[in-house]
Amino acid sequence: MVQPNSRGFAAGTREPLLRVDDLHVEFDTPRGTVEAVGGISFEVDPDQTVAVVGESGSGKSVTALAILRLLEGGWISGGQVHWDGQDLVTADATAMRRVRGDDIAMIFQDPMTSLDPLYPIGNQIVEAIRLHRRISRRAARERAIELLEQVGIPDPRARVRSYPHQLSGGQRQRVMIAIALACSPRLLIADEPTTALDVTIEAQVLELIRELQREYHTALLLVTHDMGVVAEMADWVVVFYAGQVVEQGPAARVLGAPRHPYTEALLSAVPTPATDKALPLTVIDGAVPGLADMPPGCRFRARCAHAWQRCTDEPPLFELGEGRQSRCWLREGSEMDGAPVLPAADLSPAAGREVS
Amino acid sequence: MSSVAAPARAAGRQPAEDDLLCVRDLVKHFPVTRGLLGRTVANVRAVDGVSFRIGRGETLGLVGESGSGKSTVARLVLRLLRETRGEIVFAGHELTGMRAGELKRLRRRMQIVFQDPFSAFDPRMSIADVIGEPLRAHRLADGRSARRRAGELLELVGLTGTDLDKYPHQFSGGQAQRIGIARALATSPELLVCDEAVSALDVSVQAQVLNLLRRLQRELGLSYLFIAHDLNVVRYISDRVGVMYLGQIVEEGPADELLADPRHPYTRSLAAAIAGAGPPGSRRRVLARGEAPSPSDPPAGCRFHTRCPAAFGRCREEAPALRAVGPDRTASCHLLERPGQEART
Repeated sequence: MVQPNSRGFAAGTREPLLRVDDLHVEFDTPRGTVEAVGGISFEVDPDQTVAVVGESGSGKSVTALAILRLLEGGWISGGQVHWDGQDLVTADATAMRRVRGDDIAMIFQDPMTSLDPLYPIGNQIVEAIRLHRRISRRAARERAIELLEQVGIPDPRARVRSYPHQLSGGQRQRVMIAIALACSPRLLIADEPTTALDVTIEAQVLELIRELQREYHTALLLVTHDMGVVAEMADWVVVFYAGQVVEQGPAARVLGAPRHPYTEALLSAVPTPATDKALPLTVIDGAVPGLADMPPGCRFRARCAHAWQRCTDEPPLFELGEGRQSRCWLREGSEMDGAPVLPAADLSPAAGREVS
Repeated sequence: MSSVAAPARAAGRQPAEDDLLCVRDLVKHFPVTRGLLGRTVANVRAVDGVSFRIGRGETLGLVGESGSGKSTVARLVLRLLRETRGEIVFAGHELTGMRAGELKRLRRRMQIVFQDPFSAFDPRMSIADVIGEPLRAHRLADGRSARRRAGELLELVGLTGTDLDKYPHQFSGGQAQRIGIARALATSPELLVCDEAVSALDVSVQAQVLNLLRRLQRELGLSYLFIAHDLNVVRYISDRVGVMYLGQIVEEGPADELLADPRHPYTRSLAAAIAGAGPPGSRRRVLARGEAPSPSDPPAGCRFHTRCPAAFGRCREEAPALRAVGPDRTASCHLLERPGQEART
């Protein structure tokens, strides 16, 4: 079992806002059923920004969609999503409708997938507001203009009448953020929200999200492949690899001193302004294994510079203290260096220090 | 010269004997037509007075956001587009106005690597045919010899000869990009234009391809025109960097110096906008305001003035010229102006 609120050591026993617990997601493919997400657990606290980072095929976007039960072609095959005293995995359609938008809002990489090209953006914001709030059309329209202004759309009173195609990519993402915030959700899930944007626009949108988070006290679950965005935004980071969490912890600690070989390699593979140009970049050999032919043992083993005999057994997530975890045999016993040892009752009997 | 464009000076370092490519005052306007008669109502000034040089074995990085014209520059250099005016001198030959037959002989000495290799391959062709195609097109090899050469090229880019009979869909994105590079190298080019060649790759794979490009450059003495939007990637691979904004180069210089100490407000915005460039909250970002105007209607004066945090009266009226702002560096900004420092052509 997962240790309830593993960050409780430092933060007392505060209930997390969202607790994803041993989530499994499966998909049907021509080659049979594959598991895209294989037992993911993490938490989001109120006001916190949690970044889920990984490469394509890591299961990060699937996890985000599964939380809101928006999976297409796939299904949750195990685990729970705790939100507000209920399990979203088993919640009925009415409850899910209330949660979506009202409690948890989501924005995507490409706003055009969520905006209706046939309606002016103002109508779409009004719709979103009136779906969850009993207010008049006129009041909702005023609120829409206010929201557009807040997300930095110039001349919002005229812009409410614009159609999505009349806006730039950056402005469309701002409109999506306005719709997402229309009902002051407690959690915003953003899946690669700035990946399609130019860097100066990305910077503006990230800044906007941060400002609005402060104002609305919205927690953020940010799905990204970009370590730079993680460094910029996240309090907590969860590193995904091949459908599993391989490492998680406070963002500054994980980025500053990663404790899993994959995180370490991922960080040094990205050139930074400090990278020595005289040297080749650190590479991770090979590619992410396909879901249908996942190797036994550690899923990163074939690409890992530190792989040894032990890695043919699947490593559990080891607790490293302060809620930090690493799925690497090299970390077995790591909690001995200062972190509190878990009470014996929370350990599964056979697995020693493992937590999942 | 149009009235708003600055007199474009040759950017960057002075001409040298070993220049492989020299682009001077390159302009490309795309007419916007309307109505049955195709009346030209406006011009998209995609490239508007761009000059640069690339030495043998050297890499020039071109960075800029969407609409900056960097990919149009690539297509002009490769003669996939005809310029409106300007000069392109490749290995001592003036390419503009050159006859087709003559151009074809030079064309095999310059090749391109695209962002999405799959879109450049015919899915029904085996890898041997994908790589062999340019050899046959330029009558450099045929049949057995083309196949042998394709096998050698695969090994050069880190794949194996046994991959020759496979098809594009059997490869991952990183492997496909290696095949794209092998195909580009088939005609033994001297200049490789990489247009966002690593942008779509996962970071772990991106590093592999960047290392490969650097090794090939060292082994084959290649020159690269490396076009990308990721400043850190461009700095890593480039000797020199040109920063483009709305069809013009606004700053040019040695990669390390330019990014460590950007002088033009736009370059400074770009450098500050790199996510994670500093610890969160530790700095005030120098942010470009708003969004880039359309290249069909660029602002008068300095094209960046509508977004510039430092713009003043003169910026709205007068276009700044590219000037020397240090040894081997140029930038076009009124704030950087000091008498007698205009860059020489």
